[in-house]
Formats: sequence, structure tokens, C-alpha cells
Amino acid sequence: MENIKEKLLNGNKRAAARLITMAENGDPQAANIIKDLYDKSGNAYVIGITGPPGAGKSTLTDKLVKSLRLENKKVGVIAVDPTSPFTGGAILGDRVRMSDLNTDPGVFIRSMGARGNLGGISEATGIATDILDIFGCDYIFVETVGVGQSEVDIVKSCDTTLMVMVPGLGDDIQAIKAGVMEIGDLFVVNKADRDGSKKTAREIRTMLSYKTSDWTPPVVMAEAVNNEGIEDITMSILDHKAYMETSGSGIDRRIENKKNELLNIVREKMYQKLLEKTYDDRLLEVLSEEVAERKNNPYSAVETILNRLNIK
Amino acid sequence: MFNKDKVQEVHKKFSDYHDKTEKSLEKRPERNKTFFTGSGDEVNRLYTPKDVETVDYQEHIGFPGEFPYTRGVQPTMYRGRLWTMRMYAGFATAEESNQRYKYLIEQGSKGLSVAFDLPTQIGYDSDHSLAEGEVGKVGVAIDSLADMEILFRDISLDKVSTSMTINAPASVLLAMYIAVAEKQGVSAEKLRGTIQNDILKEYIARGTYIFPPTPSMRLITNIFEYCSTDVPQWNTISISGYHIREAGSTAAQEVGFTLADGIAYVEAAIEAGLDVDAFAPRLSFFFNAHNDLLEEVSKYRAARRLWAKIMKERFGAKSAKSMALKFHTQTGGSTLTAQQPENNIVRVAIQTLAAVMGGTQSLHTNSKDEALALPTEDSVRVALRTQQIVAHESGVTNTIDPLGGSYYIEAKTDEIEKRAMEYIKKVDELGGAPAAIEKGYIQEEIMDAAYMYQKEIESDERIIVGMNQFKIEEEAPKGLLKVDPIVGKMQKDKLVVLRENRNNAEVEVALDNLRAACEGTENVMPYILIAVKAYATLGEVCGVMREVFGEYQQSVNL
Amino acid sequence: MEKIDRPIRVLVSKPGLDGHDRGAKIIARALRDAGMEVIYTGLRQTPEQIVNAAIQEDVDCIATSILSGAHNTLLPKISKLLTENDSADILFVAGGVIPDDDIPSLKENGVAEVFTPGTPTGTTIEYIKNNIKR
Repeated sequence: MENIKEKLLNGNKRAAARLITMAENGDPQAANIIKDLYDKSGNAYVIGITGPPGAGKSTLTDKLVKSLRLENKKVGVIAVDPTSPFTGGAILGDRVRMSDLNTDPGVFIRSMGARGNLGGISEATGIATDILDIFGCDYIFVETVGVGQSEVDIVKSCDTTLMVMVPGLGDDIQAIKAGVMEIGDLFVVNKADRDGSKKTAREIRTMLSYKTSDWTPPVVMAEAVNNEGIEDITMSILDHKAYMETSGSGIDRRIENKKNELLNIVREKMYQKLLEKTYDDRLLEVLSEEVAERKNNPYSAVETILNRLNIK
Repeated sequence: MFNKDKVQEVHKKFSDYHDKTEKSLEKRPERNKTFFTGSGDEVNRLYTPKDVETVDYQEHIGFPGEFPYTRGVQPTMYRGRLWTMRMYAGFATAEESNQRYKYLIEQGSKGLSVAFDLPTQIGYDSDHSLAEGEVGKVGVAIDSLADMEILFRDISLDKVSTSMTINAPASVLLAMYIAVAEKQGVSAEKLRGTIQNDILKEYIARGTYIFPPTPSMRLITNIFEYCSTDVPQWNTISISGYHIREAGSTAAQEVGFTLADGIAYVEAAIEAGLDVDAFAPRLSFFFNAHNDLLEEVSKYRAARRLWAKIMKERFGAKSAKSMALKFHTQTGGSTLTAQQPENNIVRVAIQTLAAVMGGTQSLHTNSKDEALALPTEDSVRVALRTQQIVAHESGVTNTIDPLGGSYYIEAKTDEIEKRAMEYIKKVDELGGAPAAIEKGYIQEEIMDAAYMYQKEIESDERIIVGMNQFKIEEEAPKGLLKVDPIVGKMQKDKLVVLRENRNNAEVEVALDNLRAACEGTENVMPYILIAVKAYATLGEVCGVMREVFGEYQQSVNL
Repeated sequence: MEKIDRPIRVLVSKPGLDGHDRGAKIIARALRDAGMEVIYTGLRQTPEQIVNAAIQEDVDCIATSILSGAHNTLLPKISKLLTENDSADILFVAGGVIPDDDIPSLKENGVAEVFTPGTPTGTTIEYIKNNIKR
């Protein structure tokens, strides 16, 4: 596309969409453009939303976006769904819950597949967020299904992280990955009309009582599909935003988030580099065979691999 | 039912037969490694008394017209009266549909069945932006009582029974029907017919929902209540499995999920304060007639037996009428092929036999061209003749439940009943049908079955004649029915005239009162009746309800 | 130049009021199983909604499923909007109950191919793979 940089700065949706595609495909052009334009970003406030499947994240996002649109804010949504490990394909269905927003000129929604270990989803999401930031969004929602580590990592680098839970998952709260509960800045118990919603809220508050920080994550009850609780959630987000932007620990948190973002991308890139550099001589396969036959041990094998990356 | 020792004797002999046959398979193999029903369940080479040794005639099979109704819901079944030949019809304008209804009545159809277009089914007038291109295409466009009057012109509503395939706005179309009858001088008590009125399956498989589940259930129970006093001969719901099957489910799922929906409706009505025996006799069902004749016959028998038990044991129904499952059947549209359409006539004949030997109360047979378009007069006549030939020439109507007692049929009936019951249990565990739908359970089960079916076709495991085997080079068929796009414009013009000629003040008052009723807890039917009589349009009435109840938000279940 | 093994992105959509989604869902699954990323929009999509989604998602292909007879109105509208939005390079295909008679005119109006009842999913998948423009 010609003049893609200018088009992006002018709020051209096709340009933004095309750049996100490039980012998804690991095309260095996308990262280069962001390098040039990074100082034009920073206007957008990024909200990560995660939770188990069926929690109602897409419906909730739809309502939050609509609520922000009433204030005339431009909003972006990046919805990440798992990719099939067998076929590499994915069904990205988050838009179904956000049908009305398709024709709202102030909204940009993009669905992305996690694309597996080599997919570089952290980098892609990072660049996509920056693109929508430069494009002109005031708020960007990054929505993931909190089932994989990388999906959790992505929301860790957002300004505010929203965890959506549903009652009836009961014991599953314990089962949910450690690390997920720690990163939530705001907890929503959705489908609160269901049995057990108060119990779920109590369990979350109990877990949170072990947290030491000067931000106490609120626990909000909601029935997103009926628009219940949306105002409260929006207020909590704005409260957290104020905290992030003005308090000392908020600013520290921002730096921490950026560190997470860097680490996520570095981790992905190192993994990619590793596979690249061991591809030709099938180093990994060779070493694995040796270890399996006990001709070698895992720890020496790892040293060999790290040497390939020039890491001591 | 059988002498235990005799059964063992036979079974021993069967084992000998089995071993001998298995040995001979090397020299003379069977056509396939395994044989499957239409739903994908394995079928044995032979069924013997051993397969039905736990069946008790009195308890499990019984007599027609008696609990548990396995053999049929009336004591004389088709010997007393044939099933109603009820051909689903409707397209374009009320004028043209009226012609088609008169034609069908002339040709011997005993009941009318109205197909509405999509805007009507979804509560939009023909001039709504979303109605663009859709007016009159899949059924008749009804925008107001005026269209309804034309639809039934010269047809006395005390002389026919009418089934209306309408769901989300069923209350409105029913009100219009009652109003037309009134104008003809026919009181509501005389009216016979059905409204489909089954919103749960819309969420599951058919997609013409309007409002969310809770207000939809309220509308449905309002209709139950209103009709139980004012329109007592009317079947207030046609709990549907047809569409669930069309969406790709198995036979056991068709029974399981349909009855689970039925349970939800009964629970809702009881919760609304109605006595089960006051409304249950007017519940009816709607099933598919698919290709595997023997499986289908077993399916209908299983459904009857299961529902009877549920009504008696779970809901404590006392009246026999509450426990007797009556149903309408439609031959499976998705089984028809676009290739070599004449073959569809044969398919429909087999499906007709299945429905009739399964004891249906009424039947619609598809026409040969329906994979491609709505049927022409000629092809609809053949479809009707198919029913008439089965009724009068095939002999299957001479005796009741002719396949009862077949070892295979009784074993299959038991099997389907058991598996349907498992699905119902699972739905119960999830909190009932509405909750299971919200969680996507039912939709996913159906989708999995559909996907498997498709894979079987594409790998040639499942043969569809003319489509993946026995193909020919063919030209595009000629003479298909086309709905003139001018219909959209005609309806829009009619609306303009209507709005000029009616008393708009009266309409406004009626709509305001309806709005208040919707916001409260009164029965909305009387208010809808007043509104339609004032010539409020369908879109206006549904518009008020949309305002108060909101719209259903779909979910993805792939 | 851009021929990496990146997944093909397809928007699967049901335009108009038709609610029968068995076919659309089967195609969606089949495309996923063939390694594509499927953006499924669900029911009741207007041409505007479909085109806007397609642009934001930067899809290679739009696949519409329609059984209601409204194809002659809705499909050309989608095509027109694609052209107006500089996106006519998106492969636009349709499936469902569409009589053979109507196909030539649809093709003149921007629909690249129509997959009638009975078309194996493999055929549709191959077509998409071989005909996307980027």
C-alpha cells in the first residue's frame, strides 16, 4: 500500500488493518514503521481483559465500548483467540457479540489468532496496539482467553487488567493459573444472576486480601448482557487509570508493564532465533535423541544449545 | 414377554448362526465392515428375541390411545381418521398465497399451513431497511390485519384448521387470525389450529428470534393462558425437533433436545401459575421424517413413550390428554438434493412411510424442487399425492403400529429412548434448556453431529445418490418458482395506504396500552388484539415489544 | 514476496435475515481445519457490517451463506461497497440456496464464485486457496 504511514496518521482504517496484518505475519516493515512513529503514540489507554471461556468477555467488551462511545471516545478492540495446534487454523468469533459496533466509525475491531509458539503473538499484539494508538484510539481493549501462558502474558503488559469470572466455576478459581489472579487490577463477576455469584465474589476478595499493594482491586458484580454493572466497571477502570497516571506506584507499574512487554517479545524472538539457528543441522533433534538414549544428559545438552545462541 | 428358556434356546442357535456366518465372511464378505443408521449408530446383522427380552408388553408397548402411547395416541389411529395432510405454503403476497391455499384445499388438503416471510417472522414490516430483498421470499408477507384478511379470503375459518409457522411474534399473528375469524362471524372458541411458538429452538437452530429468553417465555405462557380460556381448541405450541434435526442432530438428540425444550415450557407455565392439565393437552410436537425409515419409526415411538412418562412422573399430570404426545411431521428438507431432483420424490415417499408407520397426526411432504426454490403448483401436487398414495394404496394404514413387535424396532425404540433420556439429564444438570442453550451445550452437540455427517459424505462413507455417487451431467433445472421482486414494492405501497386510512390516534393509544402491559405483568394478548384490530402493523406492535423487552444477543458456538 | 505460510483469513458471514447457519458453521470449521483463520460474524449482517468487518480484519476472502432468496439484492450490495472502499481485491464468494439461473448475474456483480448445495467443502477450500489475490 502506498503512503501507508501517512494514511495511518490520518486515521485510514484500511492502512491500520494492513499494518496489523504485517505485524501478525512478522513482516519487519510493520515494526519499522512503529519505530518511526512511536513518539506519536501514548495517547491510548490500554485495557486487558481476560478470563475463562464462557465468562462473557466479548459481551462485556461490547458494552464497555458502547459506554465509552457515549463520551465520544475512539475505541479499538483486539480480540485474541486460540489457534488449533493441529491445523494452524482458528475460528475467531468475538465479533459476533459486537455486531452493532461494525458500522460505528469510531470503533476498530480486530480479531487475531494466537498462532502458537512461533506465532509471535506478544509482538504482534504489541505492534497492533501501537498501530491503533497512532491511528487515534483513546482506549484500546485487548481481549484474550486466559487459558495459555502467552494469553496471560499479553494482558500483563496492559495499563489496566480486567479479570472476568463467572459463578459456578467455584473450585476452578483455585485451578486457574497462579499469576493470573495476581495481575488483575479489577475483577468482574459476570452473569451475577447465577447461583453462587456472591460466593465467587467472596472467594476472590479472600484471595486478594493476601495481596500487598496500594491499589486494592475492586470486585464488581455484573450482568453484561443486561447492561448491569457496566457503569461501575467503567468507573473502576477510570479510577485505576487515575491511579496509574498520577500516583508514584502507578508510574512504577507503567514501567513494570513495559518491562513485561519487552520480556514477552524478547522471549518470543529468542525462541524463534533458537529454532532458526538449530534448524540446518537439526541440533535439537540430535540432542534429544542422545538424551533419550542416555548418551547425553539434559543439562549439558542445554549448554550446547545456549552456546549456539552465544549465551553463556 | 417371552419365555426365558425359549429365549435362551433361540440365542444359542443364534450364536451358532453368528459363528457360521462370521466364518463365511472371508469368502463372501459383507458390503461394509460395519453398517450404520442414518444417525450413525451401528446396526447388527440380525435382531432376535434376545434383544428385547426385558421388554414387557403391558409396560413398554401397550395399546394405542393408552399410556405410555408407544403404539399411537388414538385407539383407532388411521382406521378412524387419516393424518391431516397439511402442506406448508406461502410466498409473495397474501393474494397469491390465498390462491395457493384454495388450490390445495381443492386438491384434498385438509389443513392449512402458513409460511411467513423472514421480515414477518422477525417482526419487521416490509418497509424496514432490513427487509430489503427479503419480502415474500420464503413465505407470505403479513404487515397488518389487512394482509391477513386477504390471506384467508373465501376460506371459512370454522371449516379448516390452520397451522402457522410463527415463533417470536406468534402472539401477534394469532391475534390477527382471531380478528379475521371475528369478522367472518366465527367465534374464537371454534378455531382449530396451531402456532409453532417455540422460541427455544430458534435460539438453538433456526435463528428467527427477536426478544431475549425471559420475556419470550412470558409471551409463550401468556398465550397458553389466554387460549386455555378463549381459544380452547387451539394448539398453543408446536415443540419442534424438525429444525434441530435439520441443523444436523442425530435421532436421539432430536428427541432428547425437543423434549428438554418441552420440559422447559411446562415448567414455565407451571411457574406462571397454570395447572398442568389445563394447558398440557394443547401442547403439540413437530418432528422430522428423515431417510432411515426404521430408525425414524423407532424414534417416534420412543418420543411418545418418553414424554408420557415425563408428564406423568415428573409433572404429575392426571389427564390422559396431557400425556399423549401428538405431533406433526415434515419430511427432511436437508435430505433433498439439487442434483437429479426427481430422486427427491422417491426420498419423500420413503420419509412419508416412516412418518405414517410412526403414527404422525399430520404431515407435510416436501416437493422435488425444494433444494433449489419454493415449490411450483405441479411439484406440490405430486408431494400431496405421495401422501394420498401411501394412505390409500400402500396398506400401511390398515392396522395400527404395523412395525410394533419387530425385534429391531422394539430394540431401537428402547435404545433411542435411553439415549434421549441421557441428553435430557445432561440438560437438567446444566440448569434446564434455556441455561443449556446459553452455555452453548445443545448447539455444540448438534454442530459436532453435523460436522461428522459432512465428513462422512465427503469421504464417501455415506452415500447420497446423485451427489457423491450415481452422478450425471445435468443442465440447470427449468421452471423453478421465482418470487417477483416487485412484491417488496407492492407491500410498501400497501403500508402507505394503510397508514393513511386507519385511525392513527386509535393505533397510538393501543400501542401505549400495550407498552404498559408489557412493562407490567398482565397478559398481553388482549392488548395485542386491540392493537391489531386498529390496524397497527406487525412492525409497530413488535417495535413496542422490542423497546420493552430488548433484543436477543446471539453467541458463537462453533 | 508475501508468500509465507501465513494463514489465509476468511470472513464467514450470513447476510440478511436468514437464520439457518448449519452450512456457514460447517464451512467455518472446515476452513479452520484447513489451517485458515475464520472470522465468523454470525447472523443478520447488513452489507455495511460485512464490508466494515472485512476491512478491519484485512481478510483475503469474504464467504457469505444465504438461503433466503435475498441474494440478488444483498450480494451485489456487498460487492458495490467493497469497490467503493477500495477493497475489490478481496475474494468474494457465496454459498447456499442460489438457483443456477441467478449465478451469471451475480458473477457480473462481483461475486467470484457460487457454491451450490452439495459442493464438497474441499472444493470450496481449494478454490479459495487458488484464487485469493494476495
